[in-house]
Amino acid sequence: MKLRAIIVDDEELARQILHEYLEKAGDVEIVAECANGFEAVKAAGELRPDLVFLDIQMPKLDGFEVLELMDPSVAVIFVTAYDQYAMKAFDAAAVDYLLKPFSTERLGKALERARALLSDPQPRSLQASDLAAAARPPGQALERVVVKDGTKVHIIPIGKLDYVEAQDDYIALHSEKKQYLKQQTISSIEAQLDPARFARIHRSYIVNLERIARIEPYTKDSRVAVLQDGSQLAVSRSGYTRLKELLGENI
Amino acid sequence: MHPIFRNTTSLGAYLGLWTILAAAMAALIRIPTDLTWSQALSAAVPLCLFYAFVCLTPWYLCRAFPLGTQRVTRLIVNQLAAAILACSLWIAVTRLLAYALDLGPRLNPAIPQLIVVGLMLYLTSIALHYALLAVEASREAALQTRDAELRALKSQINPHFLFNSLNSISALTSADPVRAREMCVLLSDFLRKTLGLGERESITWREELELARTYLGVEQVRFGSRLRVEMQVDDACSECQVPPLVLQPLIENAIKHGIATMVDGGIVRLQGHVENGKLSVRVENSFDPEAPSPRRHGLGLRNVRSRLQTRFGDAARLNLAAEHDRFSAEMIFPCNKLNS
Repeated sequence: MKLRAIIVDDEELARQILHEYLEKAGDVEIVAECANGFEAVKAAGELRPDLVFLDIQMPKLDGFEVLELMDPSVAVIFVTAYDQYAMKAFDAAAVDYLLKPFSTERLGKALERARALLSDPQPRSLQASDLAAAARPPGQALERVVVKDGTKVHIIPIGKLDYVEAQDDYIALHSEKKQYLKQQTISSIEAQLDPARFARIHRSYIVNLERIARIEPYTKDSRVAVLQDGSQLAVSRSGYTRLKELLGENI
Repeated sequence: MHPIFRNTTSLGAYLGLWTILAAAMAALIRIPTDLTWSQALSAAVPLCLFYAFVCLTPWYLCRAFPLGTQRVTRLIVNQLAAAILACSLWIAVTRLLAYALDLGPRLNPAIPQLIVVGLMLYLTSIALHYALLAVEASREAALQTRDAELRALKSQINPHFLFNSLNSISALTSADPVRAREMCVLLSDFLRKTLGLGERESITWREELELARTYLGVEQVRFGSRLRVEMQVDDACSECQVPPLVLQPLIENAIKHGIATMVDGGIVRLQGHVENGKLSVRVENSFDPEAPSPRRHGLGLRNVRSRLQTRFGDAARLNLAAEHDRFSAEMIFPCNKLNS
């Protein structure tokens, strides 16, 4: 079976050498070559490849963001020149990666591993968004969230994120009166957000502290947070304790 | 804690010096009085040992009133007041000692001399402490300069640049061997030039510019038509002495956070001219304000700023401005030329 592959790299020469090596390897069909993250997400959605070679630093969307927006059944091989944190994260998650410049032999091994993975699919040991978090330099919080809506990609800067709501296996990201769904757990995104700007106020809610207008009592034991745009979010007892710590007593 | 207490040798030498001073003091006391040597010494030795510690207090005083930060008159008034206070203590102890040694009024004729000597000793100590602080400050500054330079040089040959360039060579080897060879030469040129810079304090702007040209040449191969370079540099700048690799981080930033973030690339514009004896260098590039967050942002620029600061102080400036989709970095610093 021929593997159907997409090459994603913003440098033409880098695409060219992968192209050359893969043609020599023989049993790989290159279905698309993309020069940026947007193209890659689009091509992966339309062409349903088996395998994607993914550069990390690219215009528009970086490699990790592309990974988050792709079908998890696609085998991914990261291709990077040097990125100490990313390399650590790949090792931990057993995701294969090629270091530029690489040899045909090393590429051969990566193809073998990809074939093995595709014939016997294993659930990824880390969700794509957690892999991205692990590859960030320590202490650097998430700066934007990417979501896919059909074939469209939305980028939500963290400052425009009002609150996050858990919905079964998904989270709903609320930003500027719109709602975006993403397949991710609420604890996973909680771990990536800056704890000084966002607080988990309830099992199902994470709120941007700057958006809170006031906290009102609801029942004897519980409260609601009223946001500037009027949305009301339930606040649990432990959530309220956390808010008091972050905002002080005068809330 | 006074630095003299940091090791016993310096403390010993200091107290030794004061013992000699004590002997001189005893001789001084004997001139206007009728005391015997042993009486004079038994008064002078404890007196001087006491004063030895009083004369360490300018350490705190001199740091509280550093030279050059306030008006000279205020400084003199403050330090004189301290000296008078110290001297009063010194005389009080003299009288106490006279009482303890049962000398009655026999020590009194020496008091005017003791006042003068006490004042002088304390003022001398103040002067020496200012000198000590100046030496420490210059040592600190030299260390900082070296640190900043080392950090700058270490962070220079960025592994990402190196491996990406090697990858381009690898790709060109089969597709375009002639260009592959050109790229090898360019990259080697760049590496060789940066290697030699470690030991040099300054290079000419011409050399710095040449380095930037080589670097851009390598990146041109990587980015192809995405990278467009415009240079407007006055020949008058050529002989200005500049810290090595001071331009390099600005160019690297323009590529990494500028050109590399744009699908269709953009322009890197480099301008340089001399005005009123100052070299002004401006690097401008387009960038995508919505690009994925860059990693390690600003490290190179911080480095440039600290190197300019340690080398030129307030005479140098680094201005950064991001406007819409254009970023510009402008550095201005004195153009010193070597006299040939």
